[in-house]
Amino acid sequence: MHDAANNNVIRLDARREPRRCVATTTSGRPCRNNAVEGGEYCSVHRRPQAGTPEVSTAEPPPIAGKRMLDELVDNDAGSSAIDRLRAFMGRRLKGDYPIDEFGYDEELTREILMPLLRPLYERYFRVRTLGVGRIPNEGPALLVSNHSGTIPIDAVMMQYAVAAEHPAERVVRMVGADLVWTTPFVSHLARKTGNAVACDEDAFALLERDQLVAVFPEGFKGVGKGWSERYRLQRFGRGGFIEVALRARVPIIPVAIVGAEEAFPMVGNARTLASLLRFPYFPITPTFPLLGPLGLIPLPSRWVIEFGEPIAMDQYPDDAADDKMFVFDLTDSIRDRIQQMVYKGLKYRGGTFL
Amino acid sequence: MDRGKRILITGVSNYLGLRLAKRFEDDDEIEAVVGVDLREPSVPIDKLEFVRADIRSPVIARIIDSSEIDTVIHTNITSHPSRLGGRSQMKENNVIGTLQLLAAAQRAKKVQRVIMKSSTAVYGLGPKEPSIVGEDHDNRQANLYGYGKDCAEAETYVRDFARRRKDVEVVILRTQSLIGPTVRTNMTDYLSLPVVPTALGFDPRLQLVHEEDAIEAFARATHDAPRGIYNITGHGVVFLSKAIRMLGKVGLPMLYPAARGAGSVLRRVGAVDFPSDQLQFLIYGRVVDYKRAHEDFGFEARYSTEEAIADFRDHRNGYLETTRPAWARDLSSLLQPGAETKEYA
Repeated sequence: MHDAANNNVIRLDARREPRRCVATTTSGRPCRNNAVEGGEYCSVHRRPQAGTPEVSTAEPPPIAGKRMLDELVDNDAGSSAIDRLRAFMGRRLKGDYPIDEFGYDEELTREILMPLLRPLYERYFRVRTLGVGRIPNEGPALLVSNHSGTIPIDAVMMQYAVAAEHPAERVVRMVGADLVWTTPFVSHLARKTGNAVACDEDAFALLERDQLVAVFPEGFKGVGKGWSERYRLQRFGRGGFIEVALRARVPIIPVAIVGAEEAFPMVGNARTLASLLRFPYFPITPTFPLLGPLGLIPLPSRWVIEFGEPIAMDQYPDDAADDKMFVFDLTDSIRDRIQQMVYKGLKYRGGTFL
Repeated sequence: MDRGKRILITGVSNYLGLRLAKRFEDDDEIEAVVGVDLREPSVPIDKLEFVRADIRSPVIARIIDSSEIDTVIHTNITSHPSRLGGRSQMKENNVIGTLQLLAAAQRAKKVQRVIMKSSTAVYGLGPKEPSIVGEDHDNRQANLYGYGKDCAEAETYVRDFARRRKDVEVVILRTQSLIGPTVRTNMTDYLSLPVVPTALGFDPRLQLVHEEDAIEAFARATHDAPRGIYNITGHGVVFLSKAIRMLGKVGLPMLYPAARGAGSVLRRVGAVDFPSDQLQFLIYGRVVDYKRAHEDFGFEARYSTEEAIADFRDHRNGYLETTRPAWARDLSSLLQPGAETKEYA
């Protein structure tokens, strides 16, 4: 993996005027990552050197949303854009599209839903994604992320970040709590975008199928934390995700997401209303419920998503997952690491909204 | 073994039992098939010796003894309360019937293999259930109702039996809902409705097993399967919305409370024999893992879920017009030339 010299650590003195990478990303815009010291490229786009094999320089496949558009405007195949669009719609209506056992509908996700998120990601939240090259191009890995922001929009942004900025355009399979699966339309959409149920069996099954799985061990404690608790990670569940990673022997990649807190600053919690509606919390933000449905529009905060160095799990003995003390210690150390990444990301981000 | 197997099939007039008996006709490894049920199978089957008996009666022990049965295939577990005259009769049949049958089998020293038909309904339904359920997933009986609960209770008796008779190979096959040109299940009834009610905002994944594949699984289990519990299903899943579109039907999304009401109306007029707890199915769906059956006894579904639904659509329509009772319709279609010799995709 990265050594000390070419690690893309964020240098604090360079934060206001970071030297940016000169490459263009897969989505065709300038890379926002910092260039590595003494170079022109960031660690993602750096030409591979001996001993740094994990970043692919192969011509990246065209970006998700563009693909269908390219196909639509490409008349070489002898059929017009309208015909193609009609064929596409006809296929959807007839139900002639593949899904996997979890219900992940790749076509719908990549070609329809992901492009819809693009303006939100690029223009509204102006997300800067760091270290996405640390995610392997193939094979299983477990992303462990902090969670905040009242509604789990941070999860969606992370999914988009990997789909759009990773050289292999990998899909992130997230695991969602039961509230996701009991909510009409949300559950439907969550299935089709590749998500699964937050339980050990599902995480394990996805890893077995070589997928990139994301967990948010803070759960509702994370998304539902108040404004005064912002940037502070809550307890990390019961360590179940560590056990899964240890048993599946897949690396854990810590992820820090900064910005979701300010998008929906939760200044209060209407507990009575929450228990009436059987929600884990009922958020009160500066605009919600004051402005009604308009209050559901997130504030335009700036975001930073950083993917950390992978932590190999196969360095531990086979039965490590059964040693509860070890699991708790490892859970704490990963939590600390993400906490430090959040603080670092806050410094890097600079202004909250501007 | 110097001679062929001697098999007892309970519920031989039900779809699965009858199809199995039919299949064993040409199986040289099988010497005799004794079928037990309350009504006579309406199709003549070679090799089958039919005995009209209730599995809850002591007669069953005498049959096992006198016929020198070595393999018991227990398919007499039903999910149709109305065919038996109500839920309590259904429970009596499913649970007490299994208990009595096993008590009889335990005494019979010649019995070497017991195969029980169970259902994936034992896994229950809910937002916290895994997306793909394995055989070892804990089922919490407290959350089960109706058919699923019956199956789970009957299974505990079978497992107790396996502990007491360690020399017997006990196999439990948990099947997904059957679908195909001739079988009639809650699922085929539901998908045959002119307008298919669904739950608004939910689109469960369906995973079904083709009737031929289910029969094949039982036949294989009769010969090869090592002791254990196996999920039996077709591979792949389809969303309910897609299944409805494939069948050329129209879905009717309803708010959940309204769906509940509509369900009970449909049940009362006899359009669907769909237990109300199964309405949860329309929200969460149920998908199981079938790796173990493949690894342990080489079961492989020839039809994926999607192909099974397509087969149901393409070869069933001709039979739906008949007004005869469901089981007679099933059996007559069974005898249709072509139904048996149909080529597999």
